[in-house]
Amino acid sequence: MKYAILVNEGPYQHQASDTAYQFCKAAIERGHEVFRAFFYHDGVHNGSRFPVPPQDDRNIPVQWSELAAAHDIDLVVCIAAAQRRGILDEGEAQRQGKDGDNIAPGFRISGLGQLIEAGIQCDRLLVFGD
Amino acid sequence: MSEPWEEEGPGEIRKFMYVNRKAPYGTIYALESLEVVLIAAAFEQDVSMVFMDDGVFQIKKGQDTGQIGMKNFSPTYRALEGYDVEKLYVEAESLSERGLSEDDLLVPVEVMSRDAIARLMDEQDVILSF
Amino acid sequence: MLHTVNKSPFERNTLNACLGHALPDSAVLLIEDGVLAAVQGTAHETEMRKALEQHSVSVLGPDLSARGLSPEQVIPGINVVDYAGFVELTENHDKVQAWL
Repeated sequence: MKYAILVNEGPYQHQASDTAYQFCKAAIERGHEVFRAFFYHDGVHNGSRFPVPPQDDRNIPVQWSELAAAHDIDLVVCIAAAQRRGILDEGEAQRQGKDGDNIAPGFRISGLGQLIEAGIQCDRLLVFGD
Repeated sequence: MSEPWEEEGPGEIRKFMYVNRKAPYGTIYALESLEVVLIAAAFEQDVSMVFMDDGVFQIKKGQDTGQIGMKNFSPTYRALEGYDVEKLYVEAESLSERGLSEDDLLVPVEVMSRDAIARLMDEQDVILSF
Repeated sequence: MLHTVNKSPFERNTLNACLGHALPDSAVLLIEDGVLAAVQGTAHETEMRKALEQHSVSVLGPDLSARGLSPEQVIPGINVVDYAGFVELTENHDKVQAWL
């Protein structure tokens, strides 16, 4: 089956991103495809490569990047939500006149249409939030 | 043999329901949910918005955010009709529990019982909650 | 359909909202802080037992364990599932409503 995931909360503050990650891993282990994870609201913070959690803790953005690389998951950060919260890729940083970007590997910034498209194309869309 | 989830043909219009259960301004969910619905309208799917629990306050008349320094986005609900988003449902129990009636709302809606909302929810293909 | 609840019933009305909208053939899965509703001897046990008469109710085991709760403490009739079981529930139900 083809799954899409919506993550509405940032890392660490709320369990939503962790649960979404564990769900995706389990779905893949059961032979399913996770087509896209869409990050919205504060969920866009999952797509920053700057967090430096303590060494004995999980690095949530890195976990997402690695899972996406291993299983070809499209990690999409909502552009409108990202602009509000300062998550930028190189192009966005240039367009907005900012001095650097912070997007994590495997993530891309795109529009809300990607969420709707995932809802149309996938067999299941699950929401993880607060 | 096809799997049960493969029964739907391609290009079929899906039923998307947006469930709004949170009051505006205390958190950003109401505003960003509205932004999703406006984008979703362009995909020509079957879109319905449900307001229940504190979500009914999203469409309460007379919102004035002048003193809290936030933008009053409630006029945008009136623009939904122009985007062909016309299925706005409000749960009767949620209104009455909060001392509100249909007259307190700033857009034309269909007030439905909790049971009717539950059945409507069951008819959807994709449910997005924020 | 499948309903997920991730809030403690002691803190929010989410479980109530879910049970008020779940049709008889719907399944309910308690995750994150929602698992606190699955335990015996709480003020919400009667409500959960009533829910079990109409719905299949599951609870996410990893979230129970994380909170120092064991499967033995769960109200009889509630299924304890792991993440694979969570996925299986989403396979068997055509859509999921997350009560946030």
